[in-house]
Parts: sequence; structure tokens; C-alpha cells
Amino acid sequence: MNPIKQFIFEVEQISVLFWQIVSSLRNRPRYFSEIITQMDRIGVGSISIILLTGFFTGGVLILQAYPTLQYYGAQSQAGRGVATTLIRELGPVLTALMVAGRVGSAISAELGSMVVSQQIDAMRSLGTSPIRKLASPRVIALVITLPLLTVAADIFGLLGGGLVANQLYGLDSSTYMTSVRTGVDIDDVLGGIIKPIIFGLIIGLIACHKGLTTSGGTVGVGRSTTSAVVSASINVIIADFFLSRVLQTLFDTTLF
Amino acid sequence: MDLETINSELVYDNGEEVSFTAKTDDANRILPAIEFRDVSLAFDDQIVLDSINFRVRRGETKIVLGGSGSGKSTIINLVLGLIKPDSGQIFVDGEDITGHDEPEMMLVRKKIGMVFQEGALFDSLSVYDNVAYRLHEEGVDEDEVEHEVRRMLHFVNLEDAIDKMPAELSGGMRRRVGIARALVGNPSIVLFDEPTAGLDPPTARTICELAIKLRDLEDVSSIFVTHEMNNLDYLSSEYAIVDENGQVLFELEGERLCLINTEVIMLREGNIVFSGKDEQLRAVDDPYIHRFIRGT
Repeated sequence: MNPIKQFIFEVEQISVLFWQIVSSLRNRPRYFSEIITQMDRIGVGSISIILLTGFFTGGVLILQAYPTLQYYGAQSQAGRGVATTLIRELGPVLTALMVAGRVGSAISAELGSMVVSQQIDAMRSLGTSPIRKLASPRVIALVITLPLLTVAADIFGLLGGGLVANQLYGLDSSTYMTSVRTGVDIDDVLGGIIKPIIFGLIIGLIACHKGLTTSGGTVGVGRSTTSAVVSASINVIIADFFLSRVLQTLFDTTLF
Repeated sequence: MDLETINSELVYDNGEEVSFTAKTDDANRILPAIEFRDVSLAFDDQIVLDSINFRVRRGETKIVLGGSGSGKSTIINLVLGLIKPDSGQIFVDGEDITGHDEPEMMLVRKKIGMVFQEGALFDSLSVYDNVAYRLHEEGVDEDEVEHEVRRMLHFVNLEDAIDKMPAELSGGMRRRVGIARALVGNPSIVLFDEPTAGLDPPTARTICELAIKLRDLEDVSSIFVTHEMNNLDYLSSEYAIVDENGQVLFELEGERLCLINTEVIMLREGNIVFSGKDEQLRAVDDPYIHRFIRGT
């Protein structure tokens, strides 16, 4: 199959998977306990790497931007710069990329292993839909937890930025916090939450699709895992561009 | 519903039937448990099945022989609706499942137990939870679930492994747990996909004995896919009875009897090259079948 046909075929399959997941929510069984389990694995399990990523990203933003701001005499706006950059862009994208790496690969590998060891066939033969039992809870858990993780990353990013600004450059904490508060409005926060919802959907759908279509034994599991992470990461970055444009239009602003 | 007489399970080689008969009020018994009518399937240019026709009667074991890639496992996947044929019709319990969508197939699969080649146990679940899987999905009361799980593990003689995880089990134990899981809900049809592959002879014999017990004591219809001739020997030459003490005994059909509830089909490159009794198989003058039987 040539790459264009392959791409169209995969888009079609992912669209069908999305529709099956939506359909599975309309009737029983719904597997709420499985959703909670996945939220724990995805959300709580990822919190440490997300907080570290947020903290050091905020820190490095100040580290790079402060000397320039100081040159123009605008160092009091350092908090604003970190806040808008983190909440609008880096927070959602970096969190999504970290989750794609950690969770997307895990989902794909787990489902792929179940496919090659015939556990998925066994599940179907026992009268259970793997989409309903395995894919839906994972995608729903990602859609719920990714915005929460993003907010956590944003908060720790602001803390990291504040710490670096205060400790390395001697910026007063209250000046930094005032700058953060004046720099962020409700549109920023809403945009920063809408983006990770879409990113969670993208990561979940791609990881489940790659896992459930695994073929070729253990080599195939490795292949689908790599493919899931690469594909999810690229799609998150591409989606971020289009989402930013949509949100700009929606909130009537040139920011995002 | 009209009463109907079931055919006896054993006949003499000269064709005379053994005297015992049984009555049932199940008029559906005359319907085959599984029927393939002109079923064809191809993957791209490769023909996997070419106009296959066969029936599995109630209480019958159909042994499907054939080399690797001959389409044996495909037959099982078609019965389960995991793949769809390109043409032809498949009937399960008289119901045409060919055009069934996934929700409709989920209902059909409740009548079928499936034993996979490597057991296909859920790694994250204990033996208890694996066997109880179908009942948990149906929301059955936990006391009833435990009773049924223990009954099934007793059937496969694995009660001691109830709390173990699949990783702690040997290959043979995994297959037996797989059989116990397949039997929960008392399915009228059980499909075996090379259940003895890679097992030592005594363990393979144990698996075959379970299949014989299902056939003779539980009246289960089954398709037994294998490429191992000792499986054929066990299944087509022995039958199970229960003695006065409740013990299950396995007896040879001997020279005077011929099991009529076990037949063989042999596949080659997607075609049925033989269909009949094991004695007929051994008498066929076909170089491929001779080579397959003798391994030379």
C-alpha cells in the first residue's frame, strides 16, 4: 500500500475507533472502575515527570528571557512572559508530549501484547468488546487527566520561573506574582484547558489504534509502540498549530 | 415440542447399531451445531479457504487436520466471527451468522467456548478471575461465580491453582485453565485451536481426555484443530464413561465398535482433501495424506 493510501486508511480506522468509543458510552456495560484505574495509572503515575518538566521549563524560560527583559528595562514583566508562554503553549504541548511518551507507549505496548498473545481474541470470544473494555476507558482517562496534568505543570512552571527569577536575578516575589496575575486572563486559562482535552483524545486514539492493529509478534509490538509515540507526538504538534488558530478566532485575540 | 430419538453414539463395524438410545424434547437437535456452505476466503491474492462445505452435528467432535497454513485456524476464526468470509454461509445452531455485525456476534459467542493455542489467559488476572471472566462480565452474584469457577477447575483438575497468576503456570496448566474458562456458562459448542501444540505427551493426553469428556459426558459439539496424529488417535479411538463409583473411565472402541460422534476433515491449501472416519483416513490412497499420517 502506498503511503497516501496508508495514511487515508489509518485516518479512516481511527475515525471508526473514535465513533465506536462514542457509541460505547451510550449503553452498558460502561466500565467506570476501569476508567478510574486508568486515570490513576495515567494521571497519578505521570504526575512526577510532569511536575519536573513544568518546573524546569518555567525556570529555563526565565533564565533565557530575563537578561533580554533587563536590557529593555522590562524585567518586572518576567512573570507575565512565563505565564502566557506556559499556559497558552508550552504547558499543554510539553505535558502532551511527555504523556505521549510515557502513556501512549504503555497503552500501545499493552494492547499490542494482548493482540499477539490472542488475549484480544479471547476477550471477543468471551463476548466482551475490546473497544468498550480497553480502548474507551483509556481514551476517556486521557481526556480527563491531561488537562489536570497540564494545570499542574503550569503551576509548577510558574513556581520554577519565580524561584529562578528571585534566586538568580533577585526579582522580588510580589513583583513576579503581580506580573503573572496581570498577564493571564480567563481566555488563556480556557485555551490552556481546551488544548490538552484535544491532545488527550489524539494520544488515546492513536495509541489504542496502533496497539489494537499490532501484527508480527513481539517485533510488531515494538514497531507499534514506536509508531504510536512518534505519530501521537507529531499529531499533537500539528494539532497545536490549528488549535491555536481556532482559539485565536474563538476568543477574538491574536495571542495563543 | 415433539419428542425425538437421538441416534446412538456407537455402532458396530458391520453397521448394526448398539441398542441404547436416548430421547430428547429438543427438536432443534436435528440442526447441525456448525455448518459451512461454500465458504471461501482469500487474503489479497492468497486463497485461504476455497468453497469449504462441512457440518458438525450435535455432540460431535470434528477433528480438523492439516499442515501449517492450510486454513485450519481460519475455520475457527470464521465460526467466532473474528473474520468474515468473502463468500458462502456459516451457520451456528442453525443461525446464519455470515452477515452478523459485532454486537450480534457477541450474542452468538456466548454459546461458544474457545480454547486457544497458548491458552490466551489474561496476564493481569488470577486463575480465578480468568475463569470467572464471563460471569463477572454478566454481573453474576459472587457466591455463584465462585461455585462455578471451582466446578470448572475441578473438571480440569486444577483446583489448587485457583489463586495463582498465569505467569506461575506451566504450559499445560495454562491450556487447562483456558479450557475451564471456555466451559463457563456451559457452551454447547467448544472450539479447540491446536490446544496440545508444544506440550509433552502426557499433558497432551490430558487435554485430549478433557475433550473426550466434553464430547461423551457433556454432549458438547466441538471443532478440534490439530496437526498432531496422536490427538487423532486418542479422540477417535476412545470414549468416556462414568462407572458406578462416579469415576470417569476411558475405554478403547476396540475392533467391534466404531465411534460415530468423531469425524475427521483434512485441509490442504484451503481445500478439504478428506472427510470421514479415522479408519477411512488411514485407508485412503493419497500420497499427501499418507505422508501426513506417517510423517515421512
